[in-house]
Amino acid sequence: MSARNRELFGLIPAALLLTGGFAAVFIQQQNVLSDVSLTYGAIFLGLCLAAHVFLRFTLPNADPYLFPLVALLACFGLVVIYRIDDTLAREQAQWFVVGLIAFAAVILFLRDYRVLERYRYTIAFIGLGLLVLPRLPGIGAQVNGAYLGIKIGPVTFQPAELAKICLVIFVASYLRDTRQVLVLGARRFMGVTIPPLKHFGPLLVIWGASMLMLVLIRDLGSSLMFFGGFLAMLYVATNRVSFVLVGLILFALGAWFLGSHIGHVHDRVETWLDPFRTTLYNKPGGSYQIAQSLFAQADGGLIGTGFGQALLSLPNGTPILPAAHTDLIYAVITNELGLAGACGVLLVYLLFTERGFKIATLARDSFSSLLATGLTAVLALQVFVIVGGVTKVIPLTGVTLPFVSYGGSSIVANFILLALLLQISDRARRDRAAG
Amino acid sequence: MNTPITRLFGLVVLLFAVLVFATSWWTEFGAQRLRDNPLNRRQLLEDAKVKRGRILADDGSVLARSVKAQGDTYTRIYPSNSFSHEVGYSFTTLGRAGLEESRNPALTGQGGEVDTLIDQLSGRKKAGDDVVTNLDPAAQKVALEQLAGRKGSVVAMEPGTGKVRVMASVPGFDQNQVPKHFKQLNRDTDAPLLNRSTQAGYPPGSTFKVITATAALDSGKFTQDSTLNGDSGVEISGVPLANDGGEDFGPINMTDALTHSVNTYWAQIGEKLGKATMAKYMNLYGFDRKPPLDYPNPQKRASGEYSKRGRLLPPTSNQVDVGRMAIGQDKLAVTPLQMAEVAATIANGGVRVKPRLTSKVVDPDGRTTQRINPQDVTRVMKKSTAVQLAQMMSKVVQEGTGTAAALEGIDVAGKTGTAEIDVANNITQPWFIAFAPAKNPRIAIAATVERSQGGFGGTVAAPIAKAVMEQLLQGGSQQ
Repeated sequence: MSARNRELFGLIPAALLLTGGFAAVFIQQQNVLSDVSLTYGAIFLGLCLAAHVFLRFTLPNADPYLFPLVALLACFGLVVIYRIDDTLAREQAQWFVVGLIAFAAVILFLRDYRVLERYRYTIAFIGLGLLVLPRLPGIGAQVNGAYLGIKIGPVTFQPAELAKICLVIFVASYLRDTRQVLVLGARRFMGVTIPPLKHFGPLLVIWGASMLMLVLIRDLGSSLMFFGGFLAMLYVATNRVSFVLVGLILFALGAWFLGSHIGHVHDRVETWLDPFRTTLYNKPGGSYQIAQSLFAQADGGLIGTGFGQALLSLPNGTPILPAAHTDLIYAVITNELGLAGACGVLLVYLLFTERGFKIATLARDSFSSLLATGLTAVLALQVFVIVGGVTKVIPLTGVTLPFVSYGGSSIVANFILLALLLQISDRARRDRAAG
Repeated sequence: MNTPITRLFGLVVLLFAVLVFATSWWTEFGAQRLRDNPLNRRQLLEDAKVKRGRILADDGSVLARSVKAQGDTYTRIYPSNSFSHEVGYSFTTLGRAGLEESRNPALTGQGGEVDTLIDQLSGRKKAGDDVVTNLDPAAQKVALEQLAGRKGSVVAMEPGTGKVRVMASVPGFDQNQVPKHFKQLNRDTDAPLLNRSTQAGYPPGSTFKVITATAALDSGKFTQDSTLNGDSGVEISGVPLANDGGEDFGPINMTDALTHSVNTYWAQIGEKLGKATMAKYMNLYGFDRKPPLDYPNPQKRASGEYSKRGRLLPPTSNQVDVGRMAIGQDKLAVTPLQMAEVAATIANGGVRVKPRLTSKVVDPDGRTTQRINPQDVTRVMKKSTAVQLAQMMSKVVQEGTGTAAALEGIDVAGKTGTAEIDVANNITQPWFIAFAPAKNPRIAIAATVERSQGGFGGTVAAPIAKAVMEQLLQGGSQQ
């Protein structure tokens, strides 16, 4: 079977999930939902098929599993969002259109992604600029004390989602040039490999940038995601665990220092450690969110309450789970589909990661390989950061669950990420086939 | 570069394993603690969406029902307040009390495990089951009228089945007003939210002599004819003890000593029996632990000896004066429910049965899903002992301190009690425990009045018990 036919068959689970999920939610809440809302699901499936046909023509050799996995996640997200609020589901379906346009644009206009190497510094500056945007007066928006979004008119946008791709591109191209030097020029001191300072400089800059993120954006989770992605690429480029260890220690030191000196970050850690302390629970922006997240999960149990069954709002309509459609969507999934459903979602991400790393190993040049590694690692880390936050493994932060959470910037950015991965894959497999 | 990529994937697997572990922790292993967390109001909110079943009296009258409220929730209405303590209340903001709490699973329609799973899969909205009680509104009304606003309690139950027919506690409260006035109700010095039948600890006075008599006869150490010195001034634990009014009875046998409630006689019996024997029989009667009534545990109290700090003492404790305990003094604090159980046990030939408020659970389609059948707890004494006690208690009503409880044409067996609360101000705790008919008992009762201004068990409590028994035994035929 050809790769594209496999992809087509791979879309069947997504279609089934979407149909079943929409039917379940609709039957549950017939009295509040309009019949029209059922079409959002149909539109969504149509878009998936269109994207598939598009890939048949543009990237015939690309990995056949990535897109169905993404479609499955997106369908899952749409069902849950539909369950929370059907208006949001319509908007999400619209954002899906925008995301697919971006996806197609990248594939059509960036015929050879390797030209990105040439603009690495421009891209790095764009990335850093994007990160700083939320702090600009007028457009910056503070949510729960963190500066993650910007607001232009009615549209809010999380620039960090795009910035993560920019920074991965930069690091991949930078490491391609310097990875030999970093290893060969290194001296060993007391069993630890120390790279030459000249080449290590830019890496310190990255560390500095992620620390800056802590200070400026005040978000531990996303800076962990950035720096973790960077360390993953550094490790793959140099095969030196010691670099990673040094990086981790530097990060931990910085995080600890800033965590104890910046009020907001410190508060987040406090609420993480003891979410049920009444004073923290009742404080605005305190531990109410994480506590409710855990209560919702406890409600789910092994198999959950079923689609459309979870308690989301008080009798007077106030939501009981803050940000249920974005940050806490994983808690809603666990509530309604239980541990089983949550593990299913994590498994899909794990399969996605596996395919991403597979692409990295197949790529024939180190830039492609590093780029695939970085994009995959950053996505996996994003999942870890938000799910870890919702399950109280780490302090809760406001990043999205890729492809599942509601949010335009998240969908657009992650579709660009997907487009790049598929392009790398297409080239790698074509080159392999050509010998 | 492929080896580090593989290792990196291994690390991602590890990180995801942590996430799976954390999720299983919150959903399974640590879930119960989260559900019990007082900050977690999900269950209450969820329950408010269920149309709770009704609570019904024995005659079918409705004591509690649910009506539509805000959004898709329901709220509780209590058409009658004469059973405020038994029924309790259920409100999202305050939680639950009484039968609303102890029968919550039935009222919210949480049947067996299988039922719940099917409900979960099909997503069917649960409807609660009706709870039918054994409570008799007519007799409860008589009890409340008889108490006439005086603080106190009347508990009446069927000896053979344990059906609780009356469990009046004064003052009561209007359950419909609980959400609005909860703070006031809690602060009220009359403690209207306290169920005096199950939560109040009163000195039992001479009613306790029935328990001493049980121990004396059933242990075989004494007989109805055992004669002791009934004069005032006998030393008990080194301190002289007086009879009521300082009366001297001279040498007296057991039957007469119960008829005339001779303190010195029974105190000597207690000392001679010793703490271990007394403890054994108190235990069999159900003292020292919470009674097995289908009522929330926090709203029940164990009867027995209590230290000054309010800790429950075993009757064998060296702080106990066994002679004075035997006549219901010392540090005894008992509930009216416990004393009703004592009367019911003797009436039932020495076998103690579980008291129970609920008779059955009926689902919305009218099918009985659960029948609460009579259940024996233990044999407290030999049948012959129970017969002898019944004879002696009959005599109390025929010619002794309890004549005020005599019913026309029906032989009543009973025992009075008058505990001194405040001698200087003449404040007492009058008691009467009884069962009738003495030969083939159909009802057992305990009645008491809190801080009565003077008066004795025979004059204050016996008439209350009499009226309630009359209603329960004859009321049906008269109406």
